[in-house]
Amino acid sequence: MQEQNIQTHTFGNGLTLVVEPMSDVQSAAFSLLVPGGSIYDPPNKNGTASVLCELMTRGAADRDSQRLSADLDNLGLQRSENVGGKYLTFSGATLAENLAPVLKIYADIVQRPRLPAEQFEAARGGVEQTLRALEDEPRQKVIIELRRRCYNSPWGLPSDGSLGDLDAISIDSAREQFDRCLRPNEAILGIAGRVQFDQLMSLVEEEFGSWDEKPELTFESGSSGPSLDQIHHESTQTHIGIAYDAVPYRDPDYYAAWAAVSILSGGMSSRLFTEVRERRGLCYSIYATLNSLPDEGRVLCYAGTTTERAQETLDITLGELVRLQDGIEEGELDRCRARAKSSLIMQQESTIARSSAIARDWFHLGRVTTLKEVRDKIEALTVEHVLNYVRQHPARDFTILTIGPQPLEPS
Amino acid sequence: MQKFREEKLANGLQVIAELNPNVHSVAIGYFVRTGARDETPDVSGVSHFLEHMAFKGTDKFTADDVNRIFDEVGAKYNASTSEDLTLFYGAILPEYMPQTFELLSNIIYPSLRQDDFDMEKNVILEEIGMYEDQPAFTLYEKSMQMHFAGHPLGQSILGTTESIGGLKSEQMRAYHREHYKAGNIVLAIAGNTDWTRILDLAKQQCSTWPSGTCDRWTEEARPTGTLKVITKHSNLQQHLMQMMPAPPAEDELRYAAELLSVVVGDETGSRLYWELVDPGDAESAELGYNEYDGSGTYLTYLCSEPDAMAENMKRIRDIYQAVNGKGVTEEELKQAKSKVASRIVLRSERPMGRLASLGSNWVYRQEYRSVEDDLKTLSSMTTDDIVRLIEVYPLGETTTATVGPLKTLSL
Repeated sequence: MQEQNIQTHTFGNGLTLVVEPMSDVQSAAFSLLVPGGSIYDPPNKNGTASVLCELMTRGAADRDSQRLSADLDNLGLQRSENVGGKYLTFSGATLAENLAPVLKIYADIVQRPRLPAEQFEAARGGVEQTLRALEDEPRQKVIIELRRRCYNSPWGLPSDGSLGDLDAISIDSAREQFDRCLRPNEAILGIAGRVQFDQLMSLVEEEFGSWDEKPELTFESGSSGPSLDQIHHESTQTHIGIAYDAVPYRDPDYYAAWAAVSILSGGMSSRLFTEVRERRGLCYSIYATLNSLPDEGRVLCYAGTTTERAQETLDITLGELVRLQDGIEEGELDRCRARAKSSLIMQQESTIARSSAIARDWFHLGRVTTLKEVRDKIEALTVEHVLNYVRQHPARDFTILTIGPQPLEPS
Repeated sequence: MQKFREEKLANGLQVIAELNPNVHSVAIGYFVRTGARDETPDVSGVSHFLEHMAFKGTDKFTADDVNRIFDEVGAKYNASTSEDLTLFYGAILPEYMPQTFELLSNIIYPSLRQDDFDMEKNVILEEIGMYEDQPAFTLYEKSMQMHFAGHPLGQSILGTTESIGGLKSEQMRAYHREHYKAGNIVLAIAGNTDWTRILDLAKQQCSTWPSGTCDRWTEEARPTGTLKVITKHSNLQQHLMQMMPAPPAEDELRYAAELLSVVVGDETGSRLYWELVDPGDAESAELGYNEYDGSGTYLTYLCSEPDAMAENMKRIRDIYQAVNGKGVTEEELKQAKSKVASRIVLRSERPMGRLASLGSNWVYRQEYRSVEDDLKTLSSMTTDDIVRLIEVYPLGETTTATVGPLKTLSL
């Protein structure tokens, strides 16, 4: 594993810069996490963060919407904006020499967006279009709605918003959210690629240094949804979502939890793929992933199948999740280690993957785990350790949601 | 520095490699020049079904062995089938090259055991069902069928429940014998390995493959144009796809077509984006360019509210007419070039990203193009090149298919 030289600095206003220089690439990528995500949406206005995020890129400082977009395109930036629970994330990648002018534009976007009133209807319309299109994609919708049912609000609320709440959101709600939430304290800027830390330090100081801190943010917690539910959908298909408790990323047992899910769903030799798809031909798509909030985690599992086979698919899948505590083979854990090793090493070929990984680490841990550290932790896992974890956090108390023509319940 | 090497084995297998010591992994791909267009109606979907059967093993490796060994070396592997090609690929760390190479080479001559065939048939039927629940996939299949009616490119990749249901393993064997001949296959390798090792492995694993090539009818399609409305009341949005002839894979005009699609219909910052997506009038409005052996298509995708469909289509038509009449501006072209250049560089930083362009350049054009070659061609493009393209391949809507609540659609 190549030596990594990850450097960090937290500025006076609380913004943390995390940098990983990579010598064998021509590109640079960044991931800028700024507080203001969907958990701060006002009650019954779920989607405010989403509308705000749309508005922020529609003009900032001396650039109007078209100019902003054209300038970023001319810099060859491949960009995306994402609304999460805690953060709005602005990320992008381009040729390394273009990074500095790109970051200057993003300094405007997060500190001096115009939030133009005349663009508000368009921004809200854009969010509405996205949410409507999602209604036609039950595969994605089932996971979003499963989160709503297995996490307490506001963490479980859809980060992109809810169709029913959109009408209540005004330009004032978006501006109020910006004023209240967007801030340098707790913001994180992760950068990876052909870059130098010292140069970035002075650039970030200059562009973000005078951004003022704001007082601590609060939000109201509510409840989660029913543990067994169905959303009616006329189709030949049934989409099954299953959730159960796991530990979060910052937990010392995280890597054991990761291995457990990996044994279930980490490769084509994993249990769910083998037992549900390969041996029984019950579905084409099945997976389980480990999902982490700052203080809690869940395993989220999906299977899509024709309606006549949905009951069997649900029962077999639940059976496999439960059966994990009966025993794990040495070979299963070996394969997890091998897959982890190659994906960790291959991450070093992607500036996008590294910039988001280091920013995410800082959010969850307040430090960055090096690839070598991760690898050592995974190498050190034993079957006994993973089994202990599984028995302490067994697959039970499931939250189950199906989207399809008929309701299901576990046999 | 990258180095290109090529050699043809005695049985006709073409071996090509782009060697690069500055990356961490190696990507290996078998590009088999067979796909949906090479099928007869009675075996519709057999290329794709066969791709699945490869992972069911050989005399030497059982189905469980195949997935287990790939996971043991931590490979990122999969396969895909298109109209033109069946591709089997894997990315690995260099030290796992021998076993991965042996496995990948073995599985493309699978045993096709009857019980595996019967079980996998269920998975294929599930896959067909899954795509029926995804409007964009349904539309792509329908549009291709209509646009290329009477031409082999109109043949379905997945097949139908009837064609797959009725398919016999003997028919698959015969298809495999006919199309999996060494002269019909390109072995492409990109990344950190050496040429002697590649040749040794290729000679060891592939020398016994049957020689020979396959003919394919590649005359350019002359679509006449049709409309298909698929009414689906359960959808919230209306989804629309339109196709129009564009340069074939062999045509030099393809570079201009690629750029034109970015200017007119890139996801952000394009003419369609500013006209429809930015104001919140559509969820997506994109123009893509697809190249095939002998033919090509411009593909328009529009997703919006059903009531807005007619008006949105008119706005797209106006944009296409304006482009056909006046071409594109210098500023637009410059922006598109910056975007494409950075995409080329970012994609090329991973061997997996290089593999796709390495293999398809060879399969379609018997040509090697380095990243520098691609960047040089890109920077040489002018607005006159776009005008020349439009003279031969103007934008438009020959074929239209739509899925959603609408019962009729007038063009």
